[in-house]
Amino acid sequence: METYGSWVPVWAVACSLAASGMILASSRRPNLREFWTLSAAGVKFALILTLVPEALAHRVAEARLFAIAPGIDLTLRADPLGVFFALVSSALWIVTSCYSVGYMRGLSEHKQTRYFACFAVCLSSTVGIAFAANLLTFVIFYEMLTIATYPLVIHKETPEAVSAGRKYLAYTLTAGVVLLVATAWTYELTGTLEFRPGGFLGSETAPAATCVWLFVLFMSGAAVKSALMPLHGWLPTAMIAPTPVSALLHAVAVVKAGVFAVIRIVGFVFGPATLSALGLQTYLACLAGLTMILASVLAFHQDNLKRRLAYSTIGHLSYIVLGAALLTPASLAGSLLHLASHATMKITLFFCAGALHVQLHKEKISELDGVARQMPWTMGAFAVASLGLAGLPPLNGFVSKWYLGLGALQAAQPLAFALFLLAGLLSAGYFLPILYRAFCRAPQPEAEPSQTPHQEGDSGHDASAWITFPLLITAALSLILGLFPNLLFHFWSLAHLVSDSILNGGSP
Amino acid sequence: MIGEHFPVLIPVSLLVGAVVSVPLGLWRGSLSRLVALLATGFSVVAAGVGLRHVLRAGEMRYSLGGWPPPIGIEYVADPLALFVVLVVTGVGFAVTVYSKRSLERESPQNHVPFNAVALLFLAGLSGMVMTGDLFNLYVFLEIASLAAYALVAAGEKRAPVAAFRYLVLGTVGASCYLLGVGFLYLATGSLNMADVRAILPLLPHYRLPFIALCLMVIGLGLKMALFPLHVWLPDAYTYASSVGSAYLAPVGTKVAAYALMRVWFGVFGPVAYALPIGAMLVVASVAGILVGSIMAMAQNDLKRMLAYSSVAQVGYIGLGIGLASPLGFIGAVLHILNHAVMKATLFLVSGALAYRFGTTSILPMDDRLRRAMPWTSAAFAVAALSMIGLPPTAGFFSKWYLALACLKAESWPLVAVIALSSLLNAVYFFRVLERMYLRKASAEEGIPGPPASNPGEAPPSMLIPILILGLGVLLIGLANAWIVEKVIKLAIPSGL
Amino acid sequence: MSLSEFLAGYGAYYLIIGLILIGIGGLLLKSNYFKKAISLTILQSAIILFYVMSATKRDATVPVIDAGLGAIQPEQYINPLPHTLMLTAIVVSVATSGVAIALLMLVYRRFGTLEEGELLERMR
Repeated sequence: METYGSWVPVWAVACSLAASGMILASSRRPNLREFWTLSAAGVKFALILTLVPEALAHRVAEARLFAIAPGIDLTLRADPLGVFFALVSSALWIVTSCYSVGYMRGLSEHKQTRYFACFAVCLSSTVGIAFAANLLTFVIFYEMLTIATYPLVIHKETPEAVSAGRKYLAYTLTAGVVLLVATAWTYELTGTLEFRPGGFLGSETAPAATCVWLFVLFMSGAAVKSALMPLHGWLPTAMIAPTPVSALLHAVAVVKAGVFAVIRIVGFVFGPATLSALGLQTYLACLAGLTMILASVLAFHQDNLKRRLAYSTIGHLSYIVLGAALLTPASLAGSLLHLASHATMKITLFFCAGALHVQLHKEKISELDGVARQMPWTMGAFAVASLGLAGLPPLNGFVSKWYLGLGALQAAQPLAFALFLLAGLLSAGYFLPILYRAFCRAPQPEAEPSQTPHQEGDSGHDASAWITFPLLITAALSLILGLFPNLLFHFWSLAHLVSDSILNGGSP
Repeated sequence: MIGEHFPVLIPVSLLVGAVVSVPLGLWRGSLSRLVALLATGFSVVAAGVGLRHVLRAGEMRYSLGGWPPPIGIEYVADPLALFVVLVVTGVGFAVTVYSKRSLERESPQNHVPFNAVALLFLAGLSGMVMTGDLFNLYVFLEIASLAAYALVAAGEKRAPVAAFRYLVLGTVGASCYLLGVGFLYLATGSLNMADVRAILPLLPHYRLPFIALCLMVIGLGLKMALFPLHVWLPDAYTYASSVGSAYLAPVGTKVAAYALMRVWFGVFGPVAYALPIGAMLVVASVAGILVGSIMAMAQNDLKRMLAYSSVAQVGYIGLGIGLASPLGFIGAVLHILNHAVMKATLFLVSGALAYRFGTTSILPMDDRLRRAMPWTSAAFAVAALSMIGLPPTAGFFSKWYLALACLKAESWPLVAVIALSSLLNAVYFFRVLERMYLRKASAEEGIPGPPASNPGEAPPSMLIPILILGLGVLLIGLANAWIVEKVIKLAIPSGL
Repeated sequence: MSLSEFLAGYGAYYLIIGLILIGIGGLLLKSNYFKKAISLTILQSAIILFYVMSATKRDATVPVIDAGLGAIQPEQYINPLPHTLMLTAIVVSVATSGVAIALLMLVYRRFGTLEEGELLERMR
């Protein structure tokens, strides 16, 4: 990988920071404000897109900003893994922004300026996390993400929202402090914090016991955001936030930043050699496997749609972690692909949940009888996405599951293979009842007449275009990327590039 | 000509300002404030220019009255001293700008003597920093302390009692320090810091210097509010006026900590590292960090909460000193800067709240605060995030260096304490932030209405220092590597 | 050992320690704030006496040049430096006492008592 100097990563991070300032300044003119959000999203995506061909050609754009601590620079580097994550998040930000516009206006939500401004800062931090070239830069952006998402979680400002925010902060701030300690320890041991494909922490630099403790610390820090059990508790509680926020939290920014952290630590800090030598991958795999199954089982019990989706997310995140822990070419590629495919599918599901809330004010699965007749496009997208999460071809969920399964067989871990299959079946198990209710049952009679006179039109059709188009786009994306995984974004090539670099220690 | 006398310039100008402001103020009230602004402004500029000069040209030594050391009193302008003086005068200038409106509201008839006493306080502190003589340190220590007692006393009703208790404890501390200086003099025959440092290793046995060091540590520890000698601090900071605590809190304890560093590293040096005093400093600091944070969580008054928080923050500095390593030193010195700026912001905000709403109690706070004073609340939020230790604000980097120092010293409990204290800080700061931003105003309870004219943002003379200090918290964080490389690393004492 | 021998040796320092203990004891044991202020003065005076005492030398006279003693030789005069330092310390002590008494007058005017227990009661 040769590196070349470029400001593009910096602009990609900075454009939404600048936009958030403009958003705060245009609070009185909602259309101007939304313009800033959408244009920043577009600019960011375009900038990152330009980095893709370079990354594929083994050329990495690097921007070394300034020293943030003696010996450590604030550096942004667009390596394949970073570009992958940044692509996913920035592309999905565009659709989330459109969706947010429709959602917030549809519900006449308060504090929209704060919402959009915080969103912009969140995305800035996410791209910063993606492009961070060393652990300290990473931790800085990681904590920025925590703080930027807090106002989004407590958006509704009800007592439940505030206490959910407190729980969120308690989990994430603790994780941040643990990460800080782990980073400081690594710096003290090795004198460097730069991410290196194949890892830089190993038996030459530190005794085995230290490595194990460091791994535990790092994983605890990353496990909160990636919702590994038992540190997953904040996620279902955070469902109190408005749906676009949940879509962001669960598809784009926070949780994917968590699993991204896991992949970075596994692949670029410790490396496959160290991990397998110390047997640490087994522990990680066990934890991930357990989370996968347990979360899927817990999902069955949830009647609130968003909560079921939350537990489904917890389960699917563990697919990614398990794939990373298996440390084979296919499993690493599969885990990255699943990062992208789960993002598109889950965001579709959350968009649908939000559409149901806006149009029909329905939040519980038990209320969803016959909804498909009222909102056909929405439930169609829901069906596509949920089948994809269950692993049905030709959706992108199938592609990533295929590689994950292949990876499990490559690693000679039939148990992992079985777990993937089982979790897929469970996913089908908790999604199919929803589809059944929506499509096959007759709609329930309205218990009381509609009490919201300001809703335009009758509630018997899909939500406004701002809401419905984004979810159709993401559902279509899941389908297209399932058929042609390398289309447009070269996800497939990037994923394989990353897994190569991790397993072969950086030499292309 | 001025350049030769530079090291004494800052204390002298502040002293002259203090003396001149009284008759001028009695003649025309506004003149005293003008003199204060001029004196502090001049000092900041002088400190900045001096720092730049010293970084390039090396340290400057000045003999008072022309008498050469070690007989005469010497002033030393080295990078560390000028760095701390810059912090002291910078914060002093910001608070002086801020003080006009706040004093008008809280103690209108006192503002002339108040300005004079504040100038005396800053003069004492800058003298403490610049001096190179142990007894001269005592003299300026007492100047600063007496002025501090007066600053505390000019507060609310209960302030004189708090001031008296501060006086008693402060004088005991200063007397301990004086006794320590006496022992050191008996052992070495000199009062000049550099001279004593040269003589100490030649002594046959260290019993006398050891006692001296213990006494000086206790004395300076009392002044810097090291646990368990911190008991004067909560009452003093709470009952002082807003401006009074804004002068005292950011810089008072820090300069005492700096003096401790000078004595510990500069005078005793390697002789001291072998002694178990470092370990005791660390233990006391850790206790201070934990007790301060826990007590802060229990407070219902914003100023008292910030006072206990100061006890905890001084613990960080003590930890850095006690570890006696280069990284610990860097962490402690950087935290002097960071905490001064953060605490100044926080106390200035609490003063602005008192100005607009008449109270600093946390319980009735609700989001009327944020709606009336958005910029002030934003500055508070930035400073609070920095105290918690979130990047990229300044507080994160102090913790980074201290964590590295603890790891190098292979002490896991210390690292855990640093991590735990961040979380404890988060608890009590988010309590205030939640109320400020999220708690809905209700008619019955809630902050009593504004006492005077318009409810609204703080007046510009108060708002601008708050905003500049708040912005400074962020900028110092981003520039911390530059500060460490260019200034602090030069000051690391030899033998660490 | 006679009194003068005791005092000429380290005995004087034991007396100083006694004074310091009286001062600190008064601070801790007395509940009247004025008595605390007095104890503070005693403490400071003890330290001043300590310095002065440390300046003495055997068979030496006050540090004023005496023409009758011939050429100036250091062992004939006691050390003047601690005396000059203590001049400053006395000034500090006086200033501290002044501030303390002023504060106590203010406290008395506001609360009507200087007894610690009652004062804390009235402060609530």
